[in-house]
Amino acid sequence: MTATQPTAGPGTEASEQPGVAGATSGIGMTGGRKPGGDARETLYFALRNPKVIIGMVVVLGFLLLGLIGPAFLKYAPMDYAGPPMAPPSADFPFGTTTFGQDVFAQFVAGLRSTFLVGLLGGGVAAVIGMTIGFVAGYRGGLIDELLNMLTNVVLVIPGFVVLIIINAYLGVRSVPMQALYIGIFSWPWVARAVRSQTLSLRSRDFIDLARLSGVGVGTILRREVAPNMYSYLFMTFVLLFGGSILTAASLDFIGLGPTNAMSLGLMMNQAVQWSALHLGLWWWFIPPGLGITLIVGSLYIMNVGLDEVFNPKLREM
Amino acid sequence: MLTLSGLDKVYRTGTFGTSDLHAVRQVSLDVQRGEVVSLIGESGSGKSTIGKMVLHLLSSTGGTITFDGRDVTKLGFRARRDYYRKVQGVFQDPFSSFNPIYKVDRTFETLRRSYFPRVSSASWREKLDDALAAVTLEPGDILGKYPHQLSGGQLQRLLIARALLLDIELLVADEIISMLDASTRIDVLNLLGELKGRGLGILFVTHDLSLGNYVSDRVVILYKGRVVERGDTSAVFDDPLHPYTRDLLASVPHLDRTWEEVEAQEAERTRRLAGRCLYHEDITAQGRSLGDEAEAVGGVPNGLGLVEHAPGHFVGCFRKAAEEECPAGPAVKP
Repeated sequence: MTATQPTAGPGTEASEQPGVAGATSGIGMTGGRKPGGDARETLYFALRNPKVIIGMVVVLGFLLLGLIGPAFLKYAPMDYAGPPMAPPSADFPFGTTTFGQDVFAQFVAGLRSTFLVGLLGGGVAAVIGMTIGFVAGYRGGLIDELLNMLTNVVLVIPGFVVLIIINAYLGVRSVPMQALYIGIFSWPWVARAVRSQTLSLRSRDFIDLARLSGVGVGTILRREVAPNMYSYLFMTFVLLFGGSILTAASLDFIGLGPTNAMSLGLMMNQAVQWSALHLGLWWWFIPPGLGITLIVGSLYIMNVGLDEVFNPKLREM
Repeated sequence: MLTLSGLDKVYRTGTFGTSDLHAVRQVSLDVQRGEVVSLIGESGSGKSTIGKMVLHLLSSTGGTITFDGRDVTKLGFRARRDYYRKVQGVFQDPFSSFNPIYKVDRTFETLRRSYFPRVSSASWREKLDDALAAVTLEPGDILGKYPHQLSGGQLQRLLIARALLLDIELLVADEIISMLDASTRIDVLNLLGELKGRGLGILFVTHDLSLGNYVSDRVVILYKGRVVERGDTSAVFDDPLHPYTRDLLASVPHLDRTWEEVEAQEAERTRRLAGRCLYHEDITAQGRSLGDEAEAVGGVPNGLGLVEHAPGHFVGCFRKAAEEECPAGPAVKP
């Protein structure tokens, strides 16, 4: 990692051109300062921002555990593997459930579905929100009005309640379907934010110039508008990722989780169902609760850190 | 080559589009090959709107735009692409004309991808070098740089070079000088003169009278979306007829005259012209009644048209805003 960092940091450059940075910071970092310097500078500040580092280490740590953990497990999550209600020990690092299931095995499997929900749900919401935001902001007029109306309608629908109904009614209980539903209801704020930034970019002359080059709408959005807000889009995805995980955990906890898989929310749901709280089986509900809190919290802290990285005005130096 | 006739642009404003804003009213003008036509007017006079409508960046509400005899008022995507091979524009702010996160080369690359996908890299490079040479830029100094590393004048000339890559016939230059400092202005102005010599028609949009005088063959004076005077540059500048044109010319600072002298002269002129309107006087002198006005001035009613006061020198009704009454009396109401 250290090999990619410039030895003399570009911090001096940033302070040399406060006007440039300040004028464009509203749409993320748009001022490339020298050939090849933009990405390197972003990386330089990202690797020096404690918030980004801490957030990234925690999230990547859990991801790694979820990815390679199952390879080292002796038992499947639902196996009746050991003595019931055993506290953490060398054999069962997180103890066992009332039925003698390995809590650690459940936790590792739950991490997988948690990241899957975050990735899928966040991805679906990002794609829908950004597409609608870009098109509405760029085309304007009637299309904008219609898309705006749709956005506002979905925005005022109490998403969580609808998710409960959908989950209970349709009974589709797999992790990807849950992620899809969550994605479908969490995009409106993305659409609004992207739309407003597109509106401000659209009035720039280089968009007109691209039109004068005989380039179509899709190409202009992809090649001229979106690159100016990549940093913002990235942060949006981080937030959606965390939001989806939280929503999925809430649904799981109230018993609307996947029936054919394990998830962190489901673990807590079962712990409550089998009175783990009253029986003092803290090792059953603390790990999933702490896991969700740490992942989502780290994502939000990372988001704040990234904001500082991309927006030179917020850098603490 | 380019002819606008009766061009209108109306914006709907107000809460539910209840009121109209006439940005451009019944504008007619033409640009020939090898000629610079200046569109002069203050902020909000609709001059940039006209430029954008010619470039198809804004739709027009009424009237027609014809290019080489073909109506180009409404064009589909394909037809517009072909139109842009012939007609290109350069805008006011060179720094906003380039995407700030990319090198300037990308502007050319976009054009190449769009119009010359089959041209080989070597011959494209040759073409690019030729275009840059035409705007007196050294390719080595320019290519591979970011917009903020170049001066406004260099960027503006780059944009003209971009337009030249397409063998254009008409260039819409929208205030291209106003953001440049004095030392680079003259380079760009002279470049326009040279392009004119190559047979290019140029629609030069400006608010600066001296620039209009320096560069153009004919001028069109706009006020509140309406053409108030139009004609050969020398005729309009030597003998301005419309009160607005006169005010505009009088407001240019002179090196050899003080404001007091100018103001005294203006007061004298205002007294002499009070209550008169050359437009309506000329129509009456042609032996037409005011009801025939529309036929006399090419089919444009309500005093929005122009009458040919002297050969090649047109003037409109002397009222200023279109809603006002003619100073010559209440004979014609809008």
